[in-house]
Amino acid sequence: MSAHTHTEGQLPHEPEKATLEGRNKVLGFWLFLGGETVLFGTLFAAFLALRDSVMDGPTPDHLFDLGLVAIATAILLTSSLTSVFAIQAMHRHETKALINWLIITVLLGLGFLGLEIYEFYHYVLEGHGFTTSAFSSSFYTLVGFHGAHVLFGILWITLLIIQLKRKGLTVVTAPKVYVAGMYWHFIDVVWVFIFTVVYLMGKVV
Amino acid sequence: MMKRWQFVKRLAPLMAMLALLLSACGREDLSALNPQGPVAEEQFGLMKLAITIMAFVVIVVFAICVYVIIRFRRRKGDNSIPKQVEGSHKLEIIWTVIPVILLIILGVPTVQSVFNLSKDYSNDPEAVKVIVTSHQYWWEFEYPELGIKTSQELVIPNNRVVAIEAKSADVIHSFWIPALAGKIDTNPAGNVNRMYFSAPKEGVYLGKCAELCGPSHGLMDFKVKSVDSASFERWTAAMQAPVALPSDPAIADAFEKKCLACHAVGDMGGPAFPNLTGIGSRESVAGILVNVEADDIKYKHEDTIYNNLYKWIKNPEAIKPGNEMSNQYDLTEEEIQGIAKYLSELTLDFE
Amino acid sequence: MAHAHAHGHAVKRYSGIMDWLTTVDHKKIGILYLIAGGFFFLVGGLEAILIRVQLWQPQNDFVSANTYNELITMHGTTMIFLAAMPLLFALMNAVIPLQIGARDVAFPFVNSLGFWTFLFGGLLLNVSWIVGSVPDAGWTSYAPLAGTTYSGNHGVDYYVLGLQIAGIGTLIGGINFLVTIINMRAPGMTFMRMPMFTWAAFITSALILFAFPALTVGLAALMFDRLFGANFFDPSAGGNAVLWEHIFWIFGHPEVYILILPAFGIISEVISTFSRKRLFGYSSMVFATILIGFLGFMVWAHHMFTTGLGPIANALFSIATMLIAVPTGIKIFNWLFTMWGGSIKFTAANLYAVGFIPTFVMGGVTGVMLAAAPADFQYHDSYFVVAHFHYVIVGGLVLGIFAGLHYWWPKMFGRVLNETLGKLTFWMFFIGFHLTFFVQHFLGLMGMPRRIWQYLDGLGFNEMNMISTVGAIMMGIGTIMFLINVAASFAKPKTAAFDPWEDGRTLEWTIPSPAPEYNFAQTPLVRGYDAYWKEKMEGRSGMTPAEPIGPIHMPSPSILPFCMGLGLFIAGFGFMYAPDWGHFLGTPLTMGHMIGIVGLLITFTSMLLRSVIDDHGFHIEEAEILKDMGGKA
Repeated sequence: MSAHTHTEGQLPHEPEKATLEGRNKVLGFWLFLGGETVLFGTLFAAFLALRDSVMDGPTPDHLFDLGLVAIATAILLTSSLTSVFAIQAMHRHETKALINWLIITVLLGLGFLGLEIYEFYHYVLEGHGFTTSAFSSSFYTLVGFHGAHVLFGILWITLLIIQLKRKGLTVVTAPKVYVAGMYWHFIDVVWVFIFTVVYLMGKVV
Repeated sequence: MMKRWQFVKRLAPLMAMLALLLSACGREDLSALNPQGPVAEEQFGLMKLAITIMAFVVIVVFAICVYVIIRFRRRKGDNSIPKQVEGSHKLEIIWTVIPVILLIILGVPTVQSVFNLSKDYSNDPEAVKVIVTSHQYWWEFEYPELGIKTSQELVIPNNRVVAIEAKSADVIHSFWIPALAGKIDTNPAGNVNRMYFSAPKEGVYLGKCAELCGPSHGLMDFKVKSVDSASFERWTAAMQAPVALPSDPAIADAFEKKCLACHAVGDMGGPAFPNLTGIGSRESVAGILVNVEADDIKYKHEDTIYNNLYKWIKNPEAIKPGNEMSNQYDLTEEEIQGIAKYLSELTLDFE
Repeated sequence: MAHAHAHGHAVKRYSGIMDWLTTVDHKKIGILYLIAGGFFFLVGGLEAILIRVQLWQPQNDFVSANTYNELITMHGTTMIFLAAMPLLFALMNAVIPLQIGARDVAFPFVNSLGFWTFLFGGLLLNVSWIVGSVPDAGWTSYAPLAGTTYSGNHGVDYYVLGLQIAGIGTLIGGINFLVTIINMRAPGMTFMRMPMFTWAAFITSALILFAFPALTVGLAALMFDRLFGANFFDPSAGGNAVLWEHIFWIFGHPEVYILILPAFGIISEVISTFSRKRLFGYSSMVFATILIGFLGFMVWAHHMFTTGLGPIANALFSIATMLIAVPTGIKIFNWLFTMWGGSIKFTAANLYAVGFIPTFVMGGVTGVMLAAAPADFQYHDSYFVVAHFHYVIVGGLVLGIFAGLHYWWPKMFGRVLNETLGKLTFWMFFIGFHLTFFVQHFLGLMGMPRRIWQYLDGLGFNEMNMISTVGAIMMGIGTIMFLINVAASFAKPKTAAFDPWEDGRTLEWTIPSPAPEYNFAQTPLVRGYDAYWKEKMEGRSGMTPAEPIGPIHMPSPSILPFCMGLGLFIAGFGFMYAPDWGHFLGTPLTMGHMIGIVGLLITFTSMLLRSVIDDHGFHIEEAEILKDMGGKA
């Protein structure tokens, strides 16, 4: 089958697709993201069905602070951009730049996560707990599922950074980095929908 | 044109035979194949149409299947290679178009019927309004216009449409009177469903819960009693009249303290649990213990009304596992007998 | 092709039990699925027999009302998730790579992970019988009945967590087959040359991919409701009980097609082989399969006609549902015309396949009847529905599985099942099946609701229920006869030929039975549909190879998938009992939490190890392959 022994200089332009294993991984991951789309679609549907059931808890209009959420959005969108730079660096076989861009991506992800945790903490203080109402349960579940995805992504990319440092960029590590990048874009896109459906619509409708 | 006519001609006797066969099925007061009211009638009509079309499909497939199995079985020692056919556009178009036509024949009346049966009678002054509330494991029937609440037995006039507003007090149940109308789910939390039906023929019809609701789901039966309009008037009057307590003061005391803590009779007692007014006139106790004269007992679930009441009060858990009356009270043997006797005589004279 | 780097690694090959725990070979995983699925099939079948014994006479009290609800819930859940799906996965694993000329699936490791998560999920669900709090809210687990208010014990927790874990396995299994079929086909094996079973597996996998995540969300929400006090489906806190119905059936209806499509595929293969004829209308069969899969997502609300969605929704879903009859009809007639003009040999496998056609048609036509919403108000949740879905699932799917097992048994195990016993088994099972379920149509129409513990005497239900019980026992005997056949086959030596039916048409019949570890010594060159048949007709005895003989790269076995599944099992168990057991050393965490965390640690550590340790695999050398082939030449 294909060789794993290329040194960096011999890597093909798209090392993630150099081996059958790599191509399988990329295709499998695309499909996985298709399943994830259904997962978040169902969560959105549940949220939309329950968002008016606030019971005695605070209403979305009262609760949400768009400024804070906008900052979080900006951070996450920027991290998507930096992950693109990482993949471009990978295609240029610049392992060092790749690692640096990944580190920046992880740091931005951590920033986003920090803001989200602060936001949740704040909401709980305002009486918007997980068990307050159907609205609160579906809100925390939807946004929390996304947050958990961000957390998983951070851990994953961190692990990849360590592997890149130890093993370098090879046809084995390249597909891993590539799919991690796909994953990161996906949770970014999901966030755009959350920002629109949960926060903007919560303020307006 | 000629061909289509022959097709119908062949179908007609088939349909008649089927209808005959099907209507021989099941009890008049229970079977969906033996409809006793216009709603069930309409649904049965659609069923007959569907069954006829489907019987046609099944017969065609079976015929081809049997023919093929017999005609093309491999004989011993036959090593010939049959002609490898890729397909046939003509045939494939035929067996695409014919099903489409059959589905149109079924689909059009289906859609008509969907809208027909969803008519809302809730604002029709001619209709009797009934709010059906399901509980684990009993049925509450409220007549909002008449100020009457009863349970387990829905009394309706045979000359008016009944407009049902269905909801649940706990889990999802489903309200079904096979001989009169198909079912509608009763949902919790103000998610109200509406349906209507009528029962022009006087009589008692069996109703069932049709959605799994707990251990006694299968025992959550009720009755629908269709009576003429004069009887219905008398029934409503009797239901609104005050009810006397048991004459024996000890029994009256026990009844008031223990039974009426939850149940209601007349204008006394709590509203949360089955209303007992006129329970002596009902067809059954707890929905499934059917009341008959002592000489007519045929089945395990049949007994005299007194015995049924006694059995039920003595140990409701044995009759309907998981019901909310179990272990709620402590009555002496005399009290149980006294209350059973009192309730068995708590009749309404309206028929 | 040479691969100096990986050659240096020691070949890790286990034997005995460790071989089975660590295998990543799709053929062995297929056997594991078969054993596990077969075991759960027996459990679910026993539950079914107990249900039928309870119902054999009116007002029977063979089991209590509570136990009865537990039996129906576990019967449905077990049969759908733990028996039918794994048995299909067994056949898909055993056959798909062989049919497309691949050496393995795309993700052997993930394949193994899928099996172990399924198995541990299924075991978790069935542990409920041992601890005595069993799911009892029906396999649909409608809220609020399935909520803590009305199901206070841990029964439904087992349902939620067991299915969640098993569902992960199914989902990744689906992705694996999609990638395998897209990326791993042999040269020349274009999409429109793929065998019908492969096509069916492909569409089914796509349905799994898009349907299971909805179940994941539904189960997660129900779990949050039950374990953490969330309010998704709790009406008293603003939740919506009908939302659960929607989520469940958005998953649940495609699930039905996930089950039946592979059976369609099996039937296509078996009928074509034993008629010695090319599948009639292959391209329309493919198109019909795709269409059924697509429409499968558009019709979920036909399970909810009585929920009160209103006339417009009911009308639309009625029509959409009826449309499915068209592609299904196309398939039926294509099978019939495959046999037409053929030379039909009635082996046991083909008996099941031919028996499938009329039986499935009967289930299909009642499906169209159910699609008419106003009439469904009468059928819904009555025994008519029970009859309908058993006609499609048992009469369709289970007959299909039996056909497939008889057909591919020699390829899986190198032994042919006894034909005489197989045919007797068919008749026993087939007659028992129709006895059990045909009368249930009438019971339903006569007013017998489904899921009832007892029925009263004198309602006219007695005789038919007794017939139904007799039929169920016959099906049970049939199943035992099949087990005897299996046992007997293992007493015989592995002597099956490459192509034991002599009429094989597809690639799996060009290689030894059972297939060697690497499947194909040389990847075959596919020159048309029914690749092997085409070669045979042109007078060749085998396929033209697409590559010279050389060392074959194989993935290493691994215990990690087993550990991941075990970790999830432990985690599910721990979190479920978190509220019940005492605190851990005075911390706010309970013992249950600690056990749960340990379980998750096992899983995540295994994932970490998988990511960090590169699997270089090993090579099967040319000499070994030539030695294998020597036996044949």
